[in-house]
Amino acid sequence: MSDMKTGAETLIAALVEQGVEVIFGYPGGAVLPIYDALFQQNSIRHILVRHEQAAVHAAEGYARSTGKVGCVLVTSGPGATNAVTGLTDALMDSIPVVCLTGQVPTHLIGQDAFQEADTTGITRACTKHNYLVKQVEDVSGVVHEAFLVAATGRPGPVVIDLPKDVLMNKTDVYRKKSDIRRTSYKPRIKGNLGQVEKAVEALAQAKRPIIYAGGGVINAGPEASQLLVEFTRMTGVPITNTLMGLGAYPASDKQFVGMLGMHGTYEANLAMYNCDVMLNIGARFDDRITGKLDEFSPNSTKIHVDIDPSSINKNVVVDIPIVGDAGHVLEDMIRLWRSKALTIDSGELKGWWEQINQWRGVDCLGFTQEKGEAEIRPQHALKRLQELTQHRDDVLISTEVGQHQMWAAQYLAFEKPNRWMTSGGLGTMGYGFPAAIGMQIGNPDTCCIDVAGEASILMNIQELSTAVQYRLPVKIMIINNQWMGMVRQWQELLHGGRYAESYTDSLPDFVKLAESFGAKGIRATKESELDAAIQEMLDSDVMTIFDCCVTKDENCFPMIPSGKPHYDMLLPGASQEKVAAAIQGEGLALV
Amino acid sequence: MSETRTFAVLVDNEPGVLARVIGLFSGRGYNIESLTVTEVDDDANLSRITIVTDGTTQVLAQIRNLLERLVPVHRVEDLTAVAEGRSMEPPVQRELALVKVVGAGDKRVEALRIADIFKAEVVDTGLGHFVFEIKGRKSQIDRFITLMMPLGLAEICRSGVIAVSRGDQAL
Repeated sequence: MSDMKTGAETLIAALVEQGVEVIFGYPGGAVLPIYDALFQQNSIRHILVRHEQAAVHAAEGYARSTGKVGCVLVTSGPGATNAVTGLTDALMDSIPVVCLTGQVPTHLIGQDAFQEADTTGITRACTKHNYLVKQVEDVSGVVHEAFLVAATGRPGPVVIDLPKDVLMNKTDVYRKKSDIRRTSYKPRIKGNLGQVEKAVEALAQAKRPIIYAGGGVINAGPEASQLLVEFTRMTGVPITNTLMGLGAYPASDKQFVGMLGMHGTYEANLAMYNCDVMLNIGARFDDRITGKLDEFSPNSTKIHVDIDPSSINKNVVVDIPIVGDAGHVLEDMIRLWRSKALTIDSGELKGWWEQINQWRGVDCLGFTQEKGEAEIRPQHALKRLQELTQHRDDVLISTEVGQHQMWAAQYLAFEKPNRWMTSGGLGTMGYGFPAAIGMQIGNPDTCCIDVAGEASILMNIQELSTAVQYRLPVKIMIINNQWMGMVRQWQELLHGGRYAESYTDSLPDFVKLAESFGAKGIRATKESELDAAIQEMLDSDVMTIFDCCVTKDENCFPMIPSGKPHYDMLLPGASQEKVAAAIQGEGLALV
Repeated sequence: MSETRTFAVLVDNEPGVLARVIGLFSGRGYNIESLTVTEVDDDANLSRITIVTDGTTQVLAQIRNLLERLVPVHRVEDLTAVAEGRSMEPPVQRELALVKVVGAGDKRVEALRIADIFKAEVVDTGLGHFVFEIKGRKSQIDRFITLMMPLGLAEICRSGVIAVSRGDQAL
């Protein structure tokens, strides 16, 4: 009976077969057998976080920056419920994560046992799929299936709930990865060729085309981004990226018109409004992108490439839907464009570019920064971060959620995919720091920076302990304006300047806070100190917080106020009256 | 414009699958008019779910796509659309109901007479009640129940709609 293994040992064997190198987790009663098995092996490294939500975000950061599946291990009950925010975040942003949750022994399920929660019930709505393993013989098969489901098609989080007796029982059953047959799950990868042909022909007929590419291109792997660049250059079409898609197309390229959407550039949004053919690759017509739905790009033929059929015609009805993987479809598009020798009328395209360049001339991201003793403007802080890192090829950025996130998206330039990790769909404050920990674990020789706000960072600040324990030189750059800036901005725009609960009193001294955890703390309060402080942060080889104190009441512009169409943008320097009148009627009820 | 459709869904017969299907509807505020589910293939461990729902064309397409996205779902067929596509009559749809009618005298005689017209079978009776079993299209059962209302209708239990497409093609 020497080949009998416990459920926990079988689980580890299956994870090793899946190529798992790192697990982010937190122990507890129900998962002790797994921790015991982890203790007795050397293939998988365990990273001890300080809160289960952070474990999932760290796994997301790891997955997004490496292209692998992130793996999480938490205990039953509170361990699992703490993970729910992270799982929902991963579902909204289509990030492949496998989360192992402990469960009370099978005979106690339903008895309201200590640390029992209906984990599969709770996580059904926030995972791509979940499993409750009821017998030890099923462990290996479920693990392999879970990784397949998490990583393929539209990626997402998968939960495996493991009762303690299943982990302790012994079995000699082990199913290999290659033995897995799931007949009911068949994601469509290859786009319908007839549809692809229609799409390229429509694009070739365009007078005012635009490519609008999203996170689906990033998820399709770095090759998909290369194909996107190739296709965009061969067609000469302007391209915009969503928040999730930044880095899919090099930001410094002249065909790139910036990010689109609520805080996107003037030129990107007006090009979307005025285009006659729109090619959407791997984006989902999110409400942050479309603005007022019935005035969204009213005169365009819309092509939509998405791996998830339920994303198509969900918000916006499209003319040419293509279900497939962004990379495969782009490959077909390039091939067809070449073989049919298609081109877009150069005269029309030239006129379109002249129009776009005119919009560019508005300089919607322009601002002025006074020198010396002057307060640092947040835009300037991010612009300098960009300028001081642009010569480097090893910088990975994550963010928290709010104004700083939008400024980071506007002023940082991403030349390659998998360099930008932000919580786009769920908008989870507290995402960025644990994500940066995961990025640093997955990419030890890179410079991982979490651009944060002083409110967001406090939501997972306990992870300083994790970063210091594993000697991770993660950098946190806090754009500190003492306000929940985006909440404050909306209160200014929507609620007559009644700033209810958006000011943070009693903030910690972030420098001392860092030091108390054994990390390094830096602060800058005026323009003259900024560059040196950023450089000191970049040069630091230990966990570092840079408390960048900025102007308190800065608004994030440009902005499409909610309920407004693309042409109705608020630009920097908009008059008080215009700002005050920006959101009215049904826009008030939107988020 | 809202229309009614009948979906046939073939799923793995595993715990939680019905909750996934129902959660998909409730989580998005879609309507379920009728839902039935039973194992249909013991060897392959498959269950068949029949869902009658209504919505706009866009919502109905969403429902179909979202059902197909569920991992344990093997096939989804919009039986109403299939029938339209093949220029056929709507799919064969049947429902079973058990209807308890309590009463005496003329009302009792009338109830039995109507049951006879509808080919409803008496499956339990005493001096003061009948339990009728009636099967047929949903509209027939609706009519039967309406007629029983003034005659002492006391309890109704309906199975929900089951359906298969017409013609020689199978799911």
